[in-house]
Amino acid sequence: MGKIELTKVRKSFGDVHVIPSIDLTINDGEFVVFVGPSGCGKSTLLRLIAGLEDTTSGTIEIDGKDATALPPAKRGLAMVFQSYALYPHMTVRKNIAFPLKMAGMDQAEQDKRVERAAKVLNLASYLDRRPGQLSGGQRQRVAIGRAIVREPAAFLFDEPLSNLDAALRVGMRQEISELHQSLKTTMIYVTHDQVEAMTMADKIVVLHAGRIEQVGAPLELYNNPRNKFVAGFIGSPKMNFIEGAEAAKHKAHTIGVRPEHITVGDGPWEGVVGLSEHLGSDSFLKVAVEGIGTLTVRAPGEVGAHHGDRIRLAPAGKIHRFDESGNAL
Amino acid sequence: MATQSSRFAARLMVAPSVTVLFIWMIIPLAMAIYYSFRLYRLISPDRTGWVGFRNYSWFVNSPEFWLAISNTLLLVGGVLIITIVLGTLIALLIDQPVWGQGPLRILVISPFFVMPPVAASIWENLFMHPQNGMLASLALGLGMKPILFMENYPMASVIFIVSWEWLPFATLILLTALQSLSSEQLEAAEMDGASAFSRFRYIILPHMTRAITVVILIQTIFLLGIFGEIFTTTQGGPGSASTTLPYMIFKQAIAAKDIGRAAAGGIIAVILANIVAYFLMRGIGRNLDA
Ligand SMILES: Nc1ncnc2c1ncn2[C@@H]1O[C@H](COP(=O)(O)OP(=O)(O)OP(=O)(O)O)[C@@H](O)[C@H]1O
Ligand SMILES: [Mg+2]
Repeated sequence: MGKIELTKVRKSFGDVHVIPSIDLTINDGEFVVFVGPSGCGKSTLLRLIAGLEDTTSGTIEIDGKDATALPPAKRGLAMVFQSYALYPHMTVRKNIAFPLKMAGMDQAEQDKRVERAAKVLNLASYLDRRPGQLSGGQRQRVAIGRAIVREPAAFLFDEPLSNLDAALRVGMRQEISELHQSLKTTMIYVTHDQVEAMTMADKIVVLHAGRIEQVGAPLELYNNPRNKFVAGFIGSPKMNFIEGAEAAKHKAHTIGVRPEHITVGDGPWEGVVGLSEHLGSDSFLKVAVEGIGTLTVRAPGEVGAHHGDRIRLAPAGKIHRFDESGNAL
Repeated sequence: MATQSSRFAARLMVAPSVTVLFIWMIIPLAMAIYYSFRLYRLISPDRTGWVGFRNYSWFVNSPEFWLAISNTLLLVGGVLIITIVLGTLIALLIDQPVWGQGPLRILVISPFFVMPPVAASIWENLFMHPQNGMLASLALGLGMKPILFMENYPMASVIFIVSWEWLPFATLILLTALQSLSSEQLEAAEMDGASAFSRFRYIILPHMTRAITVVILIQTIFLLGIFGEIFTTTQGGPGSASTTLPYMIFKQAIAAKDIGRAAAGGIIAVILANIVAYFLMRGIGRNLDA
């Protein structure tokens, strides 16, 4: 069981109000991803839930019980740190067994659980090595192993994949998703990589300067961003924002068009291609359009536009409309 | 230092200093060995000659000898235990964020700046003196008899004074080790349900073993030769109760003016130091490997 409920949670470090006030409910078994730009308070929020930081005010409930004042060990949560935080002088086996040993579990049960976790995470042949003799991906798996043996109410991950190379990241991402499928335990996952957020999450929480901008399913955020910040943050490349006369035509202060919702060929907008990035499957073009500004366009790979070419563009797909304060209309 | 040529270059570079150090060491050692087999008394400098192992046998058979050896080891062991245990505790304490942390740390380290004979005199005369000492007046105030530290507990008093001097060194080294422990490891242990004691036992202490080893090795080198503190306080007495090997050598060389016997004692001290070093390296030396 792992329902977590935050009510009016605030956190200040001295004069710095890192989290002004947050209300959030995380349901049992959900995979929730916190995203937001660097320094927006993702780690702080996670550490508040973990109990590694004290809340300035507000309450944190875990499974309906007030856990605001409970020490980390009593909350029944497990955390995977960005730097793994493995114990360097212990073997992998001892690392994974450490929480069990601290809980006073008998040796036979400890061994059984460690073996099981090692099998799930493909660590069986490394059990007698020390963390220093493992690769980054293996260390990450040990850290996850140490978290799962305890069978916690919820897992907390703080950017667990950011130290891994791109290929390994994709692999580990899938492993964590599969782990969630099989364990069905609540997971809270902090990242600033929006691909991770979109692919893994049941629910994404977009944070900005310590405030929640929007909470919702990945596609919900993609299709119906509540404001300009979320619109710009979710989706890659970033949404194009157009102000002025073009926006006024749609009775809005600003309109937003995603790069993938612009077609090359015929259309009302004409411009000169600046930077063009050809990835094979797609081509990303930066087009300077008269009277509008520079638009990013995601064209199919076969579009052979290059620097200096004049092309015509048309919006094809949803046009997002925002008012002066950036809220969606 | 991976390739052969870089290793060779490295050896070439350190060769001059190694040579100088070797000469620096070997000449006094050779002279000590030479004199240890000679009859050489400053009172009668004209009587010289080879005496074989007689200087050694005199030294070893002297009634003070085994007492001096055990006092030396007691001093080294006692000071090591006190400084490491207290040093660890103080390091843990001043690593906490407290008000006035900077000045506090300087205070903790300051005994190290006091010269050994000065420190010993201060302790002997201002604290432990049976008439003028603060501890005596404290005892009187509580209606007890003042303790005669230097008379009744000479070794314990010397060990205490030397520990006071070396505590800052141990604390400093252990504190830096403590500060290099990543806070995430401690937080992870906290989440894993480790109590404060378990965190110390399973995370902090293993992290500090290398620093503790360094403290043991360095302090042992210096403690084996402790002399000034004994000279200024108990003078090896009462009787020979607080005579250590260095102090016994001093008595032969300066009081008895017998250079031959003192040299023999010096060589015995070198052998003792090597035995201690051997056991230390066997016992804890592997902690220094990465
Ligand atoms: N102990 C602290 N004392 C003072 N300010 C802090 C402390 N910890 C964090 N902050 C501030 O709180 C803000 C949020 O920090 P936090 O670590 O939660 O960011 P984040 O969203 O995790 O960023 P990143 O993606 O870079 O990890 C930052 O502005 C940071 O400077
Ligand atoms: Mg962070």
